[in-house]
Amino acid sequence: MTMPYYVAPEQVMKDRAEYAQKGIARGRALVGTTYDQGVLIVAENPSSTLHKISEIYDRVAFAGVGRYNEFDQLRVAGVRHADTKGYAYSREDVDARSLANVYAQYLGQVFTHEMKPLEVEILVAELDPVGAAHQLFHIAYDGTVSDEQRFTVLGGEADAIAHRMAARFRQGWPLGEAVVACVASLSGPTRTLRADDLEVAVLEHGAWRRTFRRVTDGEVAQLLAHGEPVEIAAAKSSGAEGESPAGSVDQSGDDTGDVPAGTA
Amino acid sequence: MSLPFFPSGSDPGPSFVELLRQTRAAGARLPSGAGSEIVGSAGRQPAGFAATLIPGITHGTTVVALRYDNGVVVAGDRRATEGNLIAHRSIEKVFPADRHSAVAISGAAGSAIEMVRLFQTQLEHYEKVEGTCLSLEGKANQLGQMVSANLQMAMQGLVVIPLFAGYDLRLKKGRIFTYDVTGGRFEETDFHATGSGGRDAKNTVKLSYRERLGRDEAVQLAVAALYEAADEDTATGGPDAIRGIYPVVATVDAEGYRRLEDTEVAEHFRNVLERRRERGEGGVS
Repeated sequence: MTMPYYVAPEQVMKDRAEYAQKGIARGRALVGTTYDQGVLIVAENPSSTLHKISEIYDRVAFAGVGRYNEFDQLRVAGVRHADTKGYAYSREDVDARSLANVYAQYLGQVFTHEMKPLEVEILVAELDPVGAAHQLFHIAYDGTVSDEQRFTVLGGEADAIAHRMAARFRQGWPLGEAVVACVASLSGPTRTLRADDLEVAVLEHGAWRRTFRRVTDGEVAQLLAHGEPVEIAAAKSSGAEGESPAGSVDQSGDDTGDVPAGTA
Repeated sequence: MSLPFFPSGSDPGPSFVELLRQTRAAGARLPSGAGSEIVGSAGRQPAGFAATLIPGITHGTTVVALRYDNGVVVAGDRRATEGNLIAHRSIEKVFPADRHSAVAISGAAGSAIEMVRLFQTQLEHYEKVEGTCLSLEGKANQLGQMVSANLQMAMQGLVVIPLFAGYDLRLKKGRIFTYDVTGGRFEETDFHATGSGGRDAKNTVKLSYRERLGRDEAVQLAVAALYEAADEDTATGGPDAIRGIYPVVATVDAEGYRRLEDTEVAEHFRNVLERRRERGEGGVS
């Protein structure tokens, strides 16, 4: 009689988590934050057609890192979920929290029951239509949800980027300053990201029902050139950003563009 | 509600109507434009429906659309009737379909408004899933399919006739599409009007229409057309200065859908009346 092949559940989970983390770390990161007019999402993404950030509903945006086909499938499912709900009930009944929950359920389900976990991390952001209580839900590959009010970072090198973000974050900052800070946090002290390496989108207060807007490369370049307030620029030149992400290699291996665009 | 995933054979793609059909079990509300078998199966109408309910059906009436030099104007009165009664004084019959198109409805108001809601969702759903907008032609065809899906209801008296107009971003001009009850789709060159007062409205536009009207002139003409329709047709409402209810007038151009403020529409009505007065009373028939 042959012995059944046994692997401890702890080991299975650990292997799966490691597998997913590796896949996610291979991709480039993105940052979601709030600013005075709404929610800003900045992703490092040289492609101008394969989006990491997209619209889900009137006040809800989606962003994903990791395997494109996997998070894109999640994005489409989210659009379907939101549109069906908004049609069956009312447009204002569609919210990010319930969407984040169904995403979390699905990711958790796949993580525990399928051979291969999804190699994605996703962000579901919602604009508060009246006040500034915007919401950022960060959902990890295993279905863990966390709810952020200030900013959140997804993808490879997330800890180092979050550290840099925390040093710069200011509640209710203007768009220009927020974009500059996000880009500087994403690039780190050794690289420079240009407008065409980035994908930027916002959920912003405005007259139109749909609050999602993609910020064009031209506009991003302009924000990067002029968005930096004086005191921060001064602080930065005195070397406020000391820490360098020691263990993190530049995963993508390219980004040789050295045109200065307002970042150090 | 869990995330909607489908096996590749039955994936609804970018179509919201198809998605609704696939998730029917999830309890989503199924509209009249979504397919005839749905209309028959949902158990929403009792036997002898056509005979018993038709007199109580709310009807929307006159809508008009015409092209101007760089866009289209769409206008509709605000009255809904139930037989010979006024059911509603301030319903709206002109809606933005999406950023660059408008849909105006006449016919059974309930089904029509539901169809508009489905149509709006369908266009937005496509845009979000695909990441790009449908062409104007594509939008017009989608609406045609919804009208034809409503055919069974139309046979029972619940006719919905939309008027679709938008700005074609590729051809850089305004375009107008009309439908018949079977969903047949026809493109109009310059203008059209539907509903009970449609004939009067259309004749008014016809007498004054010329190529390359400006936006203001076109709005003025649309307002005049509604005025004439209201003058001849009991089911079409005129401007109601006492309650401050004016027709919905919207323009669609490269900038997108814009609805005129009531004060602007009121001003256009004043101009129309002023011109009538200058010409004399215009006779009494």
